[in-house]
Amino acid sequence: MHPALSVIFFTAVSGTGYGLLFLLGLILAADALLFSRAQALIVLATGSVFAAAGLSASLFHLGQPQRAWRALSQWRNSWLSREGVAALLSFAPVFALGFALWRDAAASTLRACAIVLAVMAVITVCCTAKIYTSLKTVHAWHNAYVLPGYLLFGLLGGAAWLWALAAMTGADDALVQRDLPVLVAVLAAACAMLKRFYWRFIDTTRHAATVESATGLGRYGAVRSVEAPHTEENYLTREMGFALARKHAATLRVIALVLFAVLPVALALPALIFRSTTLAIIHASVTALCVTAGIFVERWLFFAEAKHVVMLYYGSEHTRMSANLVYRR
Amino acid sequence: MTMLPPPSPKKLGLVIDLDICVGCHACAVACKEWNDGGQFGPLPDENPYGKEPLSVWFNRVHTYEVETQDNGKPPMTVHFPRSCLHCETPDCVTVCPTGASYKRAEDGIVLVDEDKCIGCQLCAWACPYGAREFSEQRGVMQKCTLCIDRIYNETLDEIDRQPACVMACPTRARHFGDLGDADSAVSKLVAERGGYDLMPEMGYKPVNKYLPPRERRDGCPSKVATPQEEKVDFSTASPLLRWMDKLLSR
Ligand code: SF4
Ligand code: SF4
Repeated sequence: MHPALSVIFFTAVSGTGYGLLFLLGLILAADALLFSRAQALIVLATGSVFAAAGLSASLFHLGQPQRAWRALSQWRNSWLSREGVAALLSFAPVFALGFALWRDAAASTLRACAIVLAVMAVITVCCTAKIYTSLKTVHAWHNAYVLPGYLLFGLLGGAAWLWALAAMTGADDALVQRDLPVLVAVLAAACAMLKRFYWRFIDTTRHAATVESATGLGRYGAVRSVEAPHTEENYLTREMGFALARKHAATLRVIALVLFAVLPVALALPALIFRSTTLAIIHASVTALCVTAGIFVERWLFFAEAKHVVMLYYGSEHTRMSANLVYRR
Repeated sequence: MTMLPPPSPKKLGLVIDLDICVGCHACAVACKEWNDGGQFGPLPDENPYGKEPLSVWFNRVHTYEVETQDNGKPPMTVHFPRSCLHCETPDCVTVCPTGASYKRAEDGIVLVDEDKCIGCQLCAWACPYGAREFSEQRGVMQKCTLCIDRIYNETLDEIDRQPACVMACPTRARHFGDLGDADSAVSKLVAERGGYDLMPEMGYKPVNKYLPPRERRDGCPSKVATPQEEKVDFSTASPLLRWMDKLLSR
């Protein structure tokens, strides 16, 4: 599938934003005094700006963005619609929590807002993932690894940014030099493991449909496409026919793993051992940037490696051809 | 409304006969021509005379080669028109966030309301048959309408109230009718010839059916003329011809 930048930005950045909001909600619900008011507000603002930026980026993928409001209407059956509704609703607890923090509300009010925020963040990211997992036409998306992947990567992004923000705003030492680096390292390892399983899955299994079932001609024997309906590209071959060469995929997988898993673990460990404020600030900020870059590469691959069943009609020759075209451009 | 309506008794659709399609693309061209100017047009062409033209078509004709099990026989060439199958339970309808993609309750035709479509392209991703093409210029999704602006068009003569592709096909490989009615001509044709669904494993239940090509006859190789010596019997011919034969064969 064609890896559109708007959609990659949307899923990666809003996921990180909701991860941050989820963790903030969880922390405030557990211990309202762990963050000062200012610190909590900074984390809240960063998380909601990320979420909003990601959601706005998705508008660039639309042919008629001025009608985007219509997408809120079909929440009864469309996951994209549900995602839109959940995303908008999630800003209610964001504003409520902001207001409660600003007005120094009672701990119970704060906790209530924080819990609702955490729940809404999870729901929204689940809806984002379901947009893809519900498509039976794309084998690399319609499987059990994708939803946990969206949740885990959202959490990893959120944890990395929370660590950076906590370090920069001088939060509690135990949090900055122990809890958050441990959390980042554990999540990074979990993401790496999940991705390994996912990649093994897409490398060793394939969609049930074949060119024989797509044409119904399998009853006679093997079917081969000898002539496409058009000599130039069309919408389908551009959008669904994007195929990443295997050797590039392998390199990019390693790059993604290094960025979102290896480097974050390597940066978190010294921060745990040396317990220095300056070191924590540097390592935490670099980790946040690495993780974000890693999630972008991971998301790019999520699209670029996914094959759509419609390409069966064009035969494998065409997939190769469009890969060449893509690299030539 | 992108919820699927309850199954309608009437299921309008096409039956495509792969046995006789000659791959002339007349259906695709007639479709483009009608729909470019029809109620659902235009079907824009981007950069039509440039280096990389890109264009919206509702119908595309593929060509396949099918190896036959029987080794002696040559492979079979099959021309294969592909367009929206107006499925009974398609995800292209239910994934739509705006209600623009819908299935008509009265006859099962699947349409896009271009005034509601936001161009998110999710429906095209959800269609396994490649029936939907996004128009960059118009910013909306476009697809086969089963020529709804012909089949119900009372300003046309009754005989012309058929999809443009069906009217154009020079070999009559395309048939239009109600596949929900077991007694209709198309349903009988499907029953008689073993019409089948494309990608049944997707569970979309296409309404359109394809008729399988008949087994080819023995093919040509054995019949390709091996040069044989010509034998003419001159014994019964006229004396003049006998004399010429003698003279010329010397
Ligand atoms: S062929 Fe594709 S566009 Fe047409 S109804 Fe089926 S899924 Fe939808
Ligand atoms: S492209 Fe248009 S018709 Fe298709 S799912 Fe999006 S809004 Fe609906």
